[in-house]
Amino acid sequence: MALPNVLETPPSGFNFENVFRNVALEGLLEGGRTKAPKPMKTGTTIAGVVCKDGVVLGADTRATSSEVVADKMCAKIHYIAPNIYCCGAGTAADTEKTTDLLSSNLTIFSMDSGRNPRVVMAANILQDMLFRYRGQIGAHLILGGVDCTGSHLYTVGPYGDIDKVTYLAMGSGDLAALGILEDRFKPNMELEEAKELVRDAIHSGIMSDLGSGNNIDICVITKQGVDYLRPYQESEFKDKRQMRYKYHPGTTPILTEKIVPLQMEVVQETVQRMDTA
Amino acid sequence: MERHYMDSKIKGVSTGTTILAVTFNGGVIIGSDSRASMGGNYVCSKTINKLIQVHDRIFCCIAGSLADAQAVTKTAKFQISLHSIQMESPPLVKAAASVMKELCYNNKEELQAGFITAGWDKKKGPQVYTVALGGMLLSLPFTIGGSGSTYIYGYTDAKYKPDMSREECLQFATNALALAMGRDNVSGGVAHLVVITEGGVEHVVIPGDKLPKFHDE
Repeated sequence: MALPNVLETPPSGFNFENVFRNVALEGLLEGGRTKAPKPMKTGTTIAGVVCKDGVVLGADTRATSSEVVADKMCAKIHYIAPNIYCCGAGTAADTEKTTDLLSSNLTIFSMDSGRNPRVVMAANILQDMLFRYRGQIGAHLILGGVDCTGSHLYTVGPYGDIDKVTYLAMGSGDLAALGILEDRFKPNMELEEAKELVRDAIHSGIMSDLGSGNNIDICVITKQGVDYLRPYQESEFKDKRQMRYKYHPGTTPILTEKIVPLQMEVVQETVQRMDTA
Repeated sequence: MERHYMDSKIKGVSTGTTILAVTFNGGVIIGSDSRASMGGNYVCSKTINKLIQVHDRIFCCIAGSLADAQAVTKTAKFQISLHSIQMESPPLVKAAASVMKELCYNNKEELQAGFITAGWDKKKGPQVYTVALGGMLLSLPFTIGGSGSTYIYGYTDAKYKPDMSREECLQFATNALALAMGRDNVSGGVAHLVVITEGGVEHVVIPGDKLPKFHDE
């Protein structure tokens, strides 16, 4: 991030100074009939399932900015700790930054205490942070991981409410994905079965929801380690460029040419000696 | 996600609930349903836990905004623990209820959550306290709360007897929850009951299909 004074360390955590700048800008732009750009939302389908040996998390990879697909291969499963991953739905920037902050906090905690972080601790930290911001941070998260106490899956809402569950879907495609999960989820499933279930749930979200699409990412967390399969399955509907879109110089003919020299005068001249000794 | 809660007065997940607590001879039973909703027509969770243990023999049930309620109970749990360590003895139920009341009253503009605190202590035995939305604290022999409670005021007023036995009280609480869940759309799921006595704490979970049925069901 570029700062006017790079020697000054920025205050930690979130900084709402730009809210005032944005309000002022909106006022200026309104007159000119242009609207400020909308924040990029993930308009997403994410799902998680607890199975016999661990946790399986899944997500689609489309990030939208109003009607336009801003990113076709966005990573929605964020790293929190070697044994904890988090899927995020809602405002893309909020989910990125919140999970980044959480990951840093947990790493420092690990180093200080000499213990591996637990999923319940990550959930509590998220809850405290999001509650403090009263819902202004649009992060809907699915937190999953395996620690010494077992495999856990938590949902964290933007207002700071948490719930511990065994299967879950969130995002704009959640109702479609939930239908698949409600139908086929069984406690203590085998790993392969759980991966297929999550894949099908995300696929259903992609098919039925306009905000979700492109590829499917799956993250499998077990006691032995993490398997981050990106992409687990590529989109069936990929476009192919029909023509070459490069134009050679001279394609557009030049009709007239007018050169206007800009009058500039030297206001100040400073000479800085360079020490080349 | 936003489309789920269009005009809800409670932002985010609400517990839209039925909660109750009843004293009996030797203890207190605290109970709730297990449904969490958003906006009156989407059930976010069928198995949410609304009975939060704030100390060994003191439980709290929550109603209103889930986020606010969880934040208040977390703070209260910490403060009650600290109080108990400083006093070197288990906290009084009244102390726990007062902690909740202070949090609710001092932050009444920002919070939208109500609580029922119930438990057992050595000084006064089984007690029930209710902390309403604005921070009012009342001590009662039994109390009901949440959106589903409006449907069972008549039932509880008619059927409550002081000094019931444990089984009678369990039946009373189960019936009350079943009646409320039957009429209130934002209450449902399973019935969670916790029996708190001097000897300990016992959880009873009654799944939806095992709840008592009344004549029109």
